[in-house]
Amino acid sequence: MNITVKLFATFRAGRFDIESRTYAEGTTVGDVVRELNLSEKELGIMLVNSRHVKLDHRLEEGDTLSLFPLLGGG
Amino acid sequence: MPLFVDFVQEHAEADLVPWECQVEAARRYGLTIAETEEAILRLDLLPARYQRNRAMLTTAQQLRLFRSRVAVVGCGGLGGYVIEELARLGVGTIVAIDPDIFVEHNLNRQLYSSPRLLGASKVAAAAARVEEINPAVTLIPRQEMLTTATGRELLHGSQVAVDALDSIAARLELAEVCDAMGLPLVHGAIGGWYGQVFTQLPGQKTLQRLYADLRDGRGVEKQLGNPSFTPAVVASLEVAEVCKVLLALGTRLSSRKLTINLLDMETEEIAL
Repeated sequence: MNITVKLFATFRAGRFDIESRTYAEGTTVGDVVRELNLSEKELGIMLVNSRHVKLDHRLEEGDTLSLFPLLGGG
Repeated sequence: MPLFVDFVQEHAEADLVPWECQVEAARRYGLTIAETEEAILRLDLLPARYQRNRAMLTTAQQLRLFRSRVAVVGCGGLGGYVIEELARLGVGTIVAIDPDIFVEHNLNRQLYSSPRLLGASKVAAAAARVEEINPAVTLIPRQEMLTTATGRELLHGSQVAVDALDSIAARLELAEVCDAMGLPLVHGAIGGWYGQVFTQLPGQKTLQRLYADLRDGRGVEKQLGNPSFTPAVVASLEVAEVCKVLLALGTRLSSRKLTINLLDMETEEIAL
């Protein structure tokens, strides 16, 4: 299935801003996070089609997944 | 001796009261600068220092700001700019809360830090600065940490709290106290080139929902640090939100989060 993956802020470094990628049926948000070698500790917001999701959310054909790193400084 | 009202009106230029008149009125009538400011605003006159606010804010709104009390929680990168802008805007009482002293790595961005003040209390520096730039504003320095145990007392009497903290865990405690007290909370966070802002109204529990599982997370700032400009940008957005919350103006960033990427100059709005 085709998934549009959008990365934000530091997650873009050495990766991409936006890419259409192919995954097997049943792929979860967590699978994509691990495939892209993103640190789970650094994960802030995860959105699928603008809705907030968790790592175990199963993706579906045509979904747009957006991943934002955590910001905590002041 | 003429009445206060006559003295002030005699020295006003149209409805603007010059600073030297405000100082002289305070001296003559045995008032503090703050009491004089409130008395001037109640006469529907405007201290001349606020004349560039007036196309945006009425004198009645300036009086409402003067009668407001805002708690700034954290007085580092964000907090310094937040306090500066609240004081210049004319918010009458600012409670500055931070247990820390200035250290050398603050100097690249924290507005009130300087080599001379290394080792000095951040909230004491904020008090001295506010006294310098707007003596009508009362800054209450509280050199301590806000926790769920101390929060209620620290925030008592404030109409809004500003999140200028630097850890997720501390923010969750602040959010909990604000929610229990029915206080709006303006959240800001930064890391490197990136920032985010939103306003949380009582009952929304936005921070709690977003960050509940991320208490031990590692923010971007741990890797990138923070430069001089990111806190200034995010602090300014926070103060705009505070102004609107206090005066019930415009459209607030509630139920949505603004994320800012200064490296690529992009903003993104996320529904919450």
